[in-house]
Amino acid sequence: MGMTMTQKILAAHAGLDSVVPGQLISAELDIVLGNDITTPVAVNEFKKAGFESIYDNKRIAIVLDHFVPNKDIKAAEQSKTCREFANAYNVTHFYDVGKMGIEHALLPEQGVVTAGDCIIGADSHTCTYGALGAFSTGVGSTDMAAGMATGKAWFKVPSAIKFELVGKLTQNCSGKDVILSIIGLIGVDGALYKSMEFFGEGIANLSMDDRLCICNMAVEAGAKNAIFPIDSVTVDYLKGRSEREPAFYSADDDAEYEKTYIIDLSEIVPTVACPHLPENTKPASDLKDIKIDQVVIGSCTNGRMEDMESAYRVLNGKKVADGVRCIIIPATMQILRECVERGYYTAFIDAGAVVSTPTCGPCLGGYMGILAKGERCIATTNRNFVGRMGHTESEVYLASPATAAASAITGYITEPKEETL
Amino acid sequence: MKTQGKVFKYKDNVDTDVIIPARYLNTPDARELALHCMEDIDTDFVKNVNNGDIIVAGWNFGCGSSREHAPLVIKTCGVGCVIAKSFARIFYRNAINIGLPILECEEAADEINVNDEIAIDFDSGVITNITQGKTYKAQPFPQFIQNIITSGGLLASLKE
Repeated sequence: MGMTMTQKILAAHAGLDSVVPGQLISAELDIVLGNDITTPVAVNEFKKAGFESIYDNKRIAIVLDHFVPNKDIKAAEQSKTCREFANAYNVTHFYDVGKMGIEHALLPEQGVVTAGDCIIGADSHTCTYGALGAFSTGVGSTDMAAGMATGKAWFKVPSAIKFELVGKLTQNCSGKDVILSIIGLIGVDGALYKSMEFFGEGIANLSMDDRLCICNMAVEAGAKNAIFPIDSVTVDYLKGRSEREPAFYSADDDAEYEKTYIIDLSEIVPTVACPHLPENTKPASDLKDIKIDQVVIGSCTNGRMEDMESAYRVLNGKKVADGVRCIIIPATMQILRECVERGYYTAFIDAGAVVSTPTCGPCLGGYMGILAKGERCIATTNRNFVGRMGHTESEVYLASPATAAASAITGYITEPKEETL
Repeated sequence: MKTQGKVFKYKDNVDTDVIIPARYLNTPDARELALHCMEDIDTDFVKNVNNGDIIVAGWNFGCGSSREHAPLVIKTCGVGCVIAKSFARIFYRNAINIGLPILECEEAADEINVNDEIAIDFDSGVITNITQGKTYKAQPFPQFIQNIITSGGLLASLKE
């Protein structure tokens, strides 16, 4: 039986000629990742288990991104734990304030992760790097600790669902609308334990930022990972960036898929996921009576350069509606710098928005935009669970940067129109 | 390995943000975190839960964040097992890795009521509803996973 792209990467990292769905394997890890919330727990476990060394100081990435610059004393203690561990073990990919970014935007940008890698991260959105043609999945802190010590992790080889993308997105849609539409179609457990494998001529029309966004939210459909095939977009993106040699895998022609969905990109419309599940999707145009108090444009899902560009196109020369707080969070320092250079930063301020340094902050209800009881936010983040951004009686609507920015101007959920883009 | 206790029942898609809200994740201390277990969907949970009690829920329990704090706070509260129709994969993995027993059983999850007294034999996968006089059979853990749980988690088992 042929193998999927995911299965091939797993087989190669387990030292096996082939693997089948359901098989338990022990795989070699190229990168082990943690952040300021999950690493302290991993450090505790690492110490408790009596480990005294890490498997490779160049293969561990620790990114302080959730609560930094530290939001309070306890968060500062957690960052300190990460910092001390990174120093003690000479972790080369340690990203502190000034150099940090939101992990899943930062690692691809810096070339720390690359095609063909097998990656675990103690953060559920680690599945993002599938966009580069890597196997990449979220785990907990214990797996991170064991991975840092041994360079290995156990996996159950996933079965696969195929998503055949055809056509081209309209100008007012982006990767976010694609993945929200897919989650709306298959549900929050529609790909539970499985890999989401993307195919089709429509892929050529998707930028790397679109692909990173699509893979990022695969976990919101329950998937173990998501993966895009290698093409010229991948090769161009990795060139001059990857610090290790990429390895290009492709699915066998006779690989098996449990299901195939055909997604016509030209039919995707600006899409919003209503509270309190990412599967509660509706066209933005159906929600024009929903009044909002806050807009958040950022996160590991949508804080990349194209997202900033999209927000800029809508907000430039306009004003954020009275009574609306618009918070823009470029995901890395490089993106922030580029926003300054391109004049986006000034345009955002002139529009009445605030711009933060990189942080996960409000996405998980940490800080930097917490909602009060009864308040409503449209956000380019990834989850709209009860209490996710603040009070249990607040609401989060998930959308693309263009939709979020268009809504900031009107004060109501608003479909971005092509004339404003 | 066995457990027995009364049931707390929840619906589908119980996410890790309600199991332990991120606003409390500025500490890795499990005992401190456990004071807030389930508080966004059940403010009385921490007050009422006793050692050995059982959480029963629907599909996709533990979806969302990879925070290991979620199974950890449930275990720290004394919960003896979570029975659900299905588990989100990172939660499933984390529960095993930190030694929180979990079982998938659709029928049991449908029929068990809140406050029922339940006994579970993990070696056989048999769930006994003492209150209703019914039994269910869940898939027991394979040996290597049982070893992880009885050792108290993945790292403890690696040490052995």
